[in-house]
Amino acid sequence: MIADNPWVDALLRLAVIAVLLPLTPIVLNYLERKIFGRIQMRLGPMRVGPHGTLQTIADTIKLLTKEDLRPSSADRWTFELAPYVVVVPVFLAFVTLPFTADLFVRNLSMGLFFIVAVSSMSIVGFVMAGWGSDNKYALLGGVRAAAQLISYEIPLILAVVAVAMIAHTGDGRGSLNLAEIVDGQGRVPYLVWQPLAFFLFAVAGLAEVYRQPFDIPVAESEVVGGPFVEYSGIRWSMFQLAEYGTTFLLSVLGALIFLGGWNWPLGNEAGAALQVVLIVLKTSAFLLFFIWMRAAMPRLRIDQMMSFCWQVLLPFAFLQIILNGLVLVYDWPDWTLGVLSGSATLLAAYLTYRGARQAAEPYSPRFTTVTYERVS
Amino acid sequence: MTTEYQAPAEHELETIDLNINVGPQHPATHGVFRMILTVDGEVVVDVDPVIGYMHRGAEKLSENCDYRQAIGYQDRTDYLAQFNTELGYVLAVEKLAGLEVPERAEYIRVILSELNRISSHFMFTGAFGTDIGLFGTPFMYSFRERETIQDFFEEITGERMMYNYFRPGGVAWDVPEGFEERCRYVLAEARKGIEDIDGLMTENEVFVARCRGLSPVSPEDAINWGLSGPMLRACGVKHDLRRAEPYSIYDRFDFQIPTGTNGDVFDRYLVRLEEMRQSALIVEQALAQIPKDGPTMVEGMKRILRLPPGEIYMRTETPRGEYGIYLVSKGGDKPYRLKIRSPAFSNLSALKAMSAGNYVADAIIILGSIDIVLCEVDR
Repeated sequence: MIADNPWVDALLRLAVIAVLLPLTPIVLNYLERKIFGRIQMRLGPMRVGPHGTLQTIADTIKLLTKEDLRPSSADRWTFELAPYVVVVPVFLAFVTLPFTADLFVRNLSMGLFFIVAVSSMSIVGFVMAGWGSDNKYALLGGVRAAAQLISYEIPLILAVVAVAMIAHTGDGRGSLNLAEIVDGQGRVPYLVWQPLAFFLFAVAGLAEVYRQPFDIPVAESEVVGGPFVEYSGIRWSMFQLAEYGTTFLLSVLGALIFLGGWNWPLGNEAGAALQVVLIVLKTSAFLLFFIWMRAAMPRLRIDQMMSFCWQVLLPFAFLQIILNGLVLVYDWPDWTLGVLSGSATLLAAYLTYRGARQAAEPYSPRFTTVTYERVS
Repeated sequence: MTTEYQAPAEHELETIDLNINVGPQHPATHGVFRMILTVDGEVVVDVDPVIGYMHRGAEKLSENCDYRQAIGYQDRTDYLAQFNTELGYVLAVEKLAGLEVPERAEYIRVILSELNRISSHFMFTGAFGTDIGLFGTPFMYSFRERETIQDFFEEITGERMMYNYFRPGGVAWDVPEGFEERCRYVLAEARKGIEDIDGLMTENEVFVARCRGLSPVSPEDAINWGLSGPMLRACGVKHDLRRAEPYSIYDRFDFQIPTGTNGDVFDRYLVRLEEMRQSALIVEQALAQIPKDGPTMVEGMKRILRLPPGEIYMRTETPRGEYGIYLVSKGGDKPYRLKIRSPAFSNLSALKAMSAGNYVADAIIILGSIDIVLCEVDR
């Protein structure tokens, strides 16, 4: 409890979220540009403030004061409401996300379910933005976003469910309560028992925040920013807020359910300050992964992206669920789960590698107009 | 070659194809190229390339300049391989004038042209990486090396982009002191850069999955379409003008002609990467052989160059392919007619056949793999 009165307490906690979330894009954007710069042998922003620390704040002010344009042919309400539909679910998801044992708004007993449920709402916003803009690039991008986000939602949810199934709680196993899931990881993070689910989560998470190699909906060199192409000023920055907010949300979620949140490796009795340090470190690891991938990976084609989801991620997600079910039913020890899931991870990696190489063989006679006859 | 694409029969809804406009102001187009894509969902049904936004009439303008003034227009046709285009032009003029170029000038020209080929291909790797979705990283890696080379050129010619350094009969002035050491340094940096690009892109699974097997072109088609340069060699045709009809002093160097096997986008990338290594080899050999001093211009060049009546077609190998200069002289100090056969224009003509039937994303990287320079296409 921050304050004694429950209403004041709730309001204060909400205020923390309302302040924290708009700040995440500012911080994350700065970090991203700096890390990007280092990877690309540049300095990144250096001019505004010491080491460019005020650059993103200046950018934010610019975006907020910019004219909010709407194309005359756009569908007014669809166009103007789309940013809200995208950004509100992110705020909602943060309501139940615990950062440390004390720092949360409301710890719902169905917290994990709630996060997954509300955050999938934002897909509607992308389609609205794509449709309402009356722009062909935006339309293509919106349809791509719908296809991609819906597809990758499934392995993401299944990976999360896998953890929820085997989470140790006080009275047995299985919990959707994030605080309980974290409390079960005092000594061993679930990453060890669920490596397959962890990798599925990381890959599907990349796709959920449409970063390379899955930045197909917003592909700069194809659809010029996708659904956001007609947006400017505050509305555009709301999309940015949603993107970085979701990145942050997934990073915290990954840190909580796979890396032991505020518990591992210090056990369940770490002090509040140490808990903050732990969660920040683990979240940063995820964030670094997201940023690094963006700098180092090219973009997949849309059919490759879809087939990767439905042919690789989804079957392996089900495999992980089945393994977890077997362990729960027959009451095998946890290490068997680690071994099984680990070998499944290696299998998935090998199959993906082979699939990528095979798909790269001369292909698609259906679409090619060029003749194949060769002279040797 | 027309494409007949039929929507699958199971479509119950009546769908219409969508026209999307890629360019002239679009992040994916190189320069001001415009293609009007007709797409059915994500599949490109038809491509309508539109060129001409950069047409300056360089050929006609050259007719109004004397032979040395027109060199400036050659810089501006292929602004990524200026030395190579200059070389083609001055060789044509020299051949018609019957000039014998001093040894040292020949070597300087070859060294600069081959370094220019490396820097041009660096531009390709950077831009291609961006097309394929690598957000800026290969671009920065490539540009680090390109800058080193560019700085070196600036030291020699005093200009950053439009060098105007080769002249009929030699080069404008001798290279500055310390040329060879600087050149070796630039070469070592460039080689490091080639390996960096190689490590960053070639073995990347996503990169391979995107490029390999995409829009394969058979050798016959390649020849029929008039492809040249890396586009042609990627199809397995071992044709490089530096070897096929050695001009300047290219017969003195030992280098390989890399060829591909499938003629797909991946081969085009690999061929260019290997060409950079071979160019580095040529520069190395030229540095070992270059005479330490000597004239860099034909003795007793007249201030105004007058050519005897006649005509000539001189073709050279620029980074983009066969760059031809057709020059007609009716006497006097100006060409009667100058025609440029630009390789990127011919390569671009195959775009429609190569990209129809592929995905939108693939059409973009096929365009990127052609490595066009719009100034050269439109002239």
